[in-house]
Amino acid sequence: MNPPSTTALLDTPLLNYCIALGDDSLTLGHRLSEWCRNGPFLEEDLALTNVSLDFIGRARLFYSYAAKLEGKGRDEDDIAYLRDCREYRNFLINELPNGDFAVTMARQLIVDVYDMGFFSALTQSQDPTLAAIAAKAIKESRYHLRRSEEWIKRLGDGTEESHERAQNAFDQLWGYVPEMFEMSDVELQLVEAGMAVDRSALKANWESTMQLILKQATLDVPNENWAIGGGRDGIHTEHLGYLLAEMQFLQRTYPGQQW
Amino acid sequence: MTENTAQTDLQLDNFEEKVANDQRIEPKDWMPDAFRKTVLRQMSQHAHSEVIGMQPEGNWITRAPTLYRKVVLLAKIQDEGGHGLYLYSAAETLGCSREEMVQALHDGKAKYASIFNYPSLTWADIGMIGWLVDGAAIVNQVSLQRTSYGPYSRAMIRICKEESFHQRQGYEATMVLARGSAEQKAMAQDALNRWWWPSLMMFGPHDSDSAHSGQSMKWKLKRESNDVLRQRFVDQTVPQAEFIGLKIPDKNLKWNEERGQYDFGTINWDEFMQVVSGNGPCNRQRLQHHIQAQQDGQWVRDAMHAYELKRQTREVA
Repeated sequence: MNPPSTTALLDTPLLNYCIALGDDSLTLGHRLSEWCRNGPFLEEDLALTNVSLDFIGRARLFYSYAAKLEGKGRDEDDIAYLRDCREYRNFLINELPNGDFAVTMARQLIVDVYDMGFFSALTQSQDPTLAAIAAKAIKESRYHLRRSEEWIKRLGDGTEESHERAQNAFDQLWGYVPEMFEMSDVELQLVEAGMAVDRSALKANWESTMQLILKQATLDVPNENWAIGGGRDGIHTEHLGYLLAEMQFLQRTYPGQQW
Repeated sequence: MTENTAQTDLQLDNFEEKVANDQRIEPKDWMPDAFRKTVLRQMSQHAHSEVIGMQPEGNWITRAPTLYRKVVLLAKIQDEGGHGLYLYSAAETLGCSREEMVQALHDGKAKYASIFNYPSLTWADIGMIGWLVDGAAIVNQVSLQRTSYGPYSRAMIRICKEESFHQRQGYEATMVLARGSAEQKAMAQDALNRWWWPSLMMFGPHDSDSAHSGQSMKWKLKRESNDVLRQRFVDQTVPQAEFIGLKIPDKNLKWNEERGQYDFGTINWDEFMQVVSGNGPCNRQRLQHHIQAQQDGQWVRDAMHAYELKRQTREVA
């Protein structure tokens, strides 16, 4: 059976929303999974794998729900494996390469603080499935944040080298933050309907939490004023194509098989 | 006879009596140095195998064909890493730190299972590692649940539970391929062709050629011989292959009615020796990867220790 075109699928606001949230989770889960067998020590290797599993698990929930909403026989794997770069809707920060451990942890802190605000708001969604996924995710994020916060303090207030690496990491990532708080018209309609979260309203809290943690970590809040966005419109960094090429290789090479 | 040697004789008698009565030797018990050295060699080798084994499987995480397979693979590799941690801790009861064990690995003084020096080339290899490699490991580890060193025995009991799950998921993943398209079936058969003989080598040399076996059997560290365990693995695996329509790559394999066991062909011991001595397809890559990850993480571990020191100083002040 030929699945319907993905353009049609993305036309529906709620589907679009679920898929974007799934894409955020999957791309970051993918990046974290790259640490498996490469961590700075064995315990941390296992912990990063745990966090990766949580994010991939979320992606599966969002995609499965999207597939159900669509009702055309598509499944989570069709959504993950059969869309190209322009059809992915994740925030750019999630697809960026891992860099060193400081970049990975700085990104994680940025995302974890964001996720705490986002999923706690999403638990109030009128859509019971989204609320249920959010209720599960918020528990995971609480643990993720405990880890990333601790790590950023260790790195920021550790050695001279770790401090410098951590500061560089935040400087490098800072311009990818603004899009996380920018709303599209379609998404605002979903907020009106009580389904989605108004992300722009999360910004102030996010900023004050980050300021507090970075201060404790003896790090400066980057003050450079730059912003790169486009993820929710499918305008990505050049990195995503490679991520997808690697991830989708088997499905693309041997189409339509069971695995 | 001096007092010291008299004491040692008594201790040795006690030790041997415990072993003879199938009691476990515990960390605080007296044990001969050679026994301590042998258990440490075996346990650290086992721990290293779990950790190095993360590499060939890790090679397919980002390319797993479905999200379900991806999370199963990640969770499995995580289990293996956890086994490594558990075994390092159990081995530390013998008075050697994890750092020292890892250093010995990097110096080429400690080994790990040779099977992980083969490359994982296709997705079918992931199923094969679960089915055959974990399958062979379980046969060995079930036997080791009765090993005479207490912490090792308990580690084996715990680890076997997870390994048997790994073996089943590997077999199931292979079954899906074997029953899939012609290309998938060929992929599975090719993987079986490449992993079968190295899996048989996992049990080590023939009993007659095994350097450590005799003494280890006497100490009940090892409970069954290499050849007995290898035969058990062949006998349990051949019907599994037949059931899913894959062919074991051994033209001499046939059921021996009289023995009630399978006869099988000759293992290429030259290849075995090559790989054991460090010249297999991936030996250098595996070790280099482990060393590199260790080096790359040095600044992270330094930061962790520096922060911890500062924190303690602040608490005192």
